[in-house]
Amino acid sequence: MPNQIFTAGLHNMADQVYFFKSFFRNIFKKGFEWEELFRQTYLIGYKSIGIITLTGFILGIVLTLQSQPTMKEFGAESYIPRMVSVSVIREIGPVIIALICAGKVASGIGAELSSMNVTEQIEAMEVSGANPVQFLVVTRILACIVMIPLLTIFADAMALVGGFTATVLSGDITAKLYFTNALTILDYSDLLPALFKTILFGFAIGFVGCFKGFTSNNGTASVGLAANSAVVTASVWIIIIDAIVVQVTNSILYS
Amino acid sequence: MEAEKVIEVKNLVKSFGTREILSGISFNVHRGENVVILGKSGTGKSVTIKCIAGLLKQDEGSLKVFGEDVNELDEDALKALRCRLGFLFQSAALYDSMTVRENLAFPLKRVLKIKDKAEIESRCIEVLRSVGLEDAIDKMPADLSGGMRKRMGLARTLIVKPEIILYDEPTTGLDTITSKEISSLVLEMQEQYDATSVIITHDIPCAKITADRVMILHEGKCIAEGTYAELENSDNEFIRSFFK
Repeated sequence: MPNQIFTAGLHNMADQVYFFKSFFRNIFKKGFEWEELFRQTYLIGYKSIGIITLTGFILGIVLTLQSQPTMKEFGAESYIPRMVSVSVIREIGPVIIALICAGKVASGIGAELSSMNVTEQIEAMEVSGANPVQFLVVTRILACIVMIPLLTIFADAMALVGGFTATVLSGDITAKLYFTNALTILDYSDLLPALFKTILFGFAIGFVGCFKGFTSNNGTASVGLAANSAVVTASVWIIIIDAIVVQVTNSILYS
Repeated sequence: MEAEKVIEVKNLVKSFGTREILSGISFNVHRGENVVILGKSGTGKSVTIKCIAGLLKQDEGSLKVFGEDVNELDEDALKALRCRLGFLFQSAALYDSMTVRENLAFPLKRVLKIKDKAEIESRCIEVLRSVGLEDAIDKMPADLSGGMRKRMGLARTLIVKPEIILYDEPTTGLDTITSKEISSLVLEMQEQYDATSVIITHDIPCAKITADRVMILHEGKCIAEGTYAELENSDNEFIRSFFK
């Protein structure tokens, strides 16, 4: 039994490596699907704006309200904007938004491609002489790589607005003072690793969603399984990537 | 003079795990011919045409389409070969996120590399008219009935004017009248587009309407071959049972 699990794991890993190779090779092939890429960026980005706005805004409010009593105790209330901006931009924003997108985007891609698999649409593309990897996989993964960082930046901005709203409601502070405090603390060592991380999160979300959908078994049950497995796997990847990127960037920036 | 062989299958063997689906079938299909493959479910009919289209790789035997060994072709050559093949799937396999027009334009833009919008539009209308669906051009696949979906699938297959069309159970799931309509349409389109057809079915009226030659698959082997009338009047009880 452990041998079978080990072999199945190796097979799965080999499939993922092959899928990645196929994705990478097809990025540079003739006939890039620009129209489909724009459609996917719209679907993945614009259609996620609502939930991202709400999450970012509430994140800012909650962080501010949670930290206020402790900061007050130490007479450090004026540090709240800095604390909110650094914690949201460096860590909480990218991870929370990526996890939400894993739930919304990776599951959507997994279910869509899996149902296309079940209804033979992917085979129909292949047999017609079109390139399903170029049309379905490359566009979706690239759209995630572009849109997840943009959504995270937007959510970070919303979190600062949320933090400002919470601060205004419980005290007297001008917008100028709040945002000056929040933004002057930031430097490139906060922004660049966070941006790099979100690009990797975007890749993980797109890749896992496409892999699970594209390689699902036939049968309607596999649609649900692909969606579910895409969310779980993408979420685990996000946590692992986060841990690795923090280690690597810390060793580069602070050694 | 005998017509050119467009499909040559020799001792084709295909297994999934330990289960052998095809146990060495051999047959040829000539240009302009309509070959119907009959057989019970699970006898390897769909596997055979998926091997011909290069969607599945056989374990043993040789398979040539237009004289080229399908398994020996590289990616580009296989793509070029597939441009000469059409495949009508059992479920019609319409792209459900696209309208009927976009479904038809998909192979035109990507396979025939047609960029001119007016030409794409005129070819879409022409093929839709030939299958009697010109009013459905802006509909989504979900808005089409079972028979309309089959017609639409046929239109998408025909739009690139393939030389060989592989039909995977074109009448499954349809009522008797619509089945007859689709079978007649298959024959009509074969004449209009001068295509060679391989039709997988277990619908006997469909086989009667469309077949020039019938093959019967049983347990992964071809057990009989001949015209519809020959097999219907066969001495073998088991073969005759397919036609009752």
